[in-house]
Amino acid sequence: MNRENPYLPVPMRLEKNFVETSDRNIRTFTLSFLNQADEEAFRYLPGQFAEVFVPGKGESPFGMASSPTEPGRLKFSVNRAGVVTTALHELTEGASLGVRGPLGHPYPVEPFKGKNVVIIGGGFAFSTLRALTVYLLDRRADYGNITVVYGARSPGLLLYKEELAGWAQRDDLNLVTTVDRGEEGWTGRVGFVPAVTKEVAPPPDNTYAVICGPPVMIKFTLPVLREAGYPDERIIMNLEMRMKCGLGMCGRCNIGEKYVCKDGPVFTLAELGRLPNEF
Amino acid sequence: MKKVKKEDLAAFLDRLASTRTVYAPCRDGEGTVDFQRVTGAAEIADTYGNTRLSIKRLFLPQTETLFSYRNGEDGPVFDVPARPGPAVVFGLRPCDAKSLGMLDGVFANDQYTDPYFTGRRADTVLVGLGCVEPCSTCFCTSVGGGPFDPSGLDVLLSEVPGGYLAEARTEAGASLLGGVPLLDAGSDELAAAAAVKEEATRKADTLPLAGLKERLDGAFDHPVWAKIPEKCLDCGICTFLCPTCHCFDVCDEGTAVAGSRVRIWDSCLFPLYTLHASGHNPRPTGRERYRQRVMHKFRYFVDRLGCTACVGCGRCVVNCPVNLDIRQVVGMIRDQVEAGIRP
Ligand SMILES: Cc1cc2nc3c(=O)[nH]c(=O)nc-3n(C[C@H](O)[C@H](O)[C@H](O)COP(=O)(O)OP(=O)(O)OC[C@H]3O[C@@H](n4cnc5c(N)ncnc54)[C@H](O)[C@@H]3O)c2cc1C
Ligand code: SF4
Ligand code: SF4
Ligand code: FES
Repeated sequence: MNRENPYLPVPMRLEKNFVETSDRNIRTFTLSFLNQADEEAFRYLPGQFAEVFVPGKGESPFGMASSPTEPGRLKFSVNRAGVVTTALHELTEGASLGVRGPLGHPYPVEPFKGKNVVIIGGGFAFSTLRALTVYLLDRRADYGNITVVYGARSPGLLLYKEELAGWAQRDDLNLVTTVDRGEEGWTGRVGFVPAVTKEVAPPPDNTYAVICGPPVMIKFTLPVLREAGYPDERIIMNLEMRMKCGLGMCGRCNIGEKYVCKDGPVFTLAELGRLPNEF
Repeated sequence: MKKVKKEDLAAFLDRLASTRTVYAPCRDGEGTVDFQRVTGAAEIADTYGNTRLSIKRLFLPQTETLFSYRNGEDGPVFDVPARPGPAVVFGLRPCDAKSLGMLDGVFANDQYTDPYFTGRRADTVLVGLGCVEPCSTCFCTSVGGGPFDPSGLDVLLSEVPGGYLAEARTEAGASLLGGVPLLDAGSDELAAAAAVKEEATRKADTLPLAGLKERLDGAFDHPVWAKIPEKCLDCGICTFLCPTCHCFDVCDEGTAVAGSRVRIWDSCLFPLYTLHASGHNPRPTGRERYRQRVMHKFRYFVDRLGCTACVGCGRCVVNCPVNLDIRQVVGMIRDQVEAGIRP
């Protein structure tokens, strides 16, 4: 982040534009820094986001899909939604971009130390959860049991398919993938995330739950966690609001007295409970 | 207390304007008074209640280029416009000066500093003029200020026959006054000025706010919000004229090869303001949007920065096309909402 002028992006190069999903709506972009000094200054943790600048189109906020334990590259997984995201999808490798960040607060990976973590995600929001999972796995000894529940409508809509296959082989990670509708060759589960969570979530003692996904998934999964005995202080969410500055100045992303950009986007359910229900 | 004669001040402003950027209230052909850059004292309006547009546009312009870019072989290169440089604002009202102090907390928050706003603030000296005759729509006293509140100013001038009492509040103000011939004010002048101040201060205290914050703390889901904005047009005039409203949009102008990033005033009353790309909108109707405007000023801002984000300038009252009066809104909340616990 440019301390003197937090509106200025740093120049980046698009290394890879990879189609993730069978509907071709989500792609993962791998970016490299053009200047070594910018790369060193870009210190981040999973859960943070950045504003990605597509010259001629504008900038949009995306959570980092990469983990800081994968140096030299930033990854973003982007759903095609409007002007900037469509332009991004159409870029070819080698294109020039800008990135402004890191912005916002990360998942509380320090308090996670020595604890079990259950990571629950659905849809393209899995990107920052991928970052978190990679981070925890790269520092495996620091954490207890790790469970990942990841749901999509169909197998083709899962992100990071190759990596998921690798995770499935590991015995230090309990990966549970589930789809709403199965397909020929699908070996994971069939069912919605809340029901699967109910089945596989570890006991709440000494455990944090991190949840990120579409509103309906969250709506029906939170009661499952609460019923299982997870306290609101140990349920971690990552919010999305329309954003512009990312700095707590343009006024756009507030919930009550908090700005999601600079005070979030990661909040505990307990923190959200103290804010007006307006997101 | 020192005094400056009218003609001496005019001569000083003439000299100042030849070496520095000076902004002062000027009357246009239609009789509207607004801040303009002046080249001499003769251009400055002599009587006015307050300017139509607030002072914020000199520090947060309605549109402002943040940077331009050129996208070459070696990636994009960014150019930031030069800092405008030293300026003096003459003749602003204490309410507007106070609003700038509030915006300081927004544009230099706990994590980030906006170099554009803070740069202009650091480079600008504020010479304010107390309000002998507050307008019927003013309520600065009620929100913790006053027609002669010097707190946000470098110099406060208070009109007396033949000239002004001049009170320097900061070093920058004192050094500016160093260029003006100063006389000692007489005790009769001081007594007359004190009486004027007292009367004006009382006149601008029209909106009892006691207990409002506590009521708002428990009022998020109160039915009162459905009634208040019924006639609001979402036109945003109130937010554009308000000296403490600071919301902006950020847009890009240009092509993949070259262009610029611009910020433009925006308004929480516009339906698109919070609309997500997915179609979801956390504030879909006027009820949520008008609630946000009131809550931000009288509750959230207090929680974050310790003061009400309204300086009682009355611009929103004067200029709303459907006469939605913030004073009546606050009154309705005070009368209809019980003090409660949040949220
Ligand atoms: C913290 C955060 C993390 C996000 N992470 C991801 C991610 O990892 N992957 C992903 O695909 N999407 C993510 N989003 C959503 C993504 O930012 C929007 O889909 C995107 O901005 C839409 O831009 P657009 O120009 O394509 O759409 P348009 O509808 O054309 O948007 C126009 C402008 O509105 C703003 N805008 C519109 N919708 C949103 C929105 N939901 N959030 C923020 N600004 C918006 C942007 O400034 C954009 O430039 C995230 C949003 C936030 C706030
Ligand atoms: S000026 Fe009046 S009508 Fe326009 S947005 Fe403000 S309250 Fe609504
Ligand atoms: S809310 Fe109205 S009265 Fe208060 S500062 Fe803004 S424009 Fe002035
Ligand atoms: S995005 Fe501007 S305040 Fe949060």
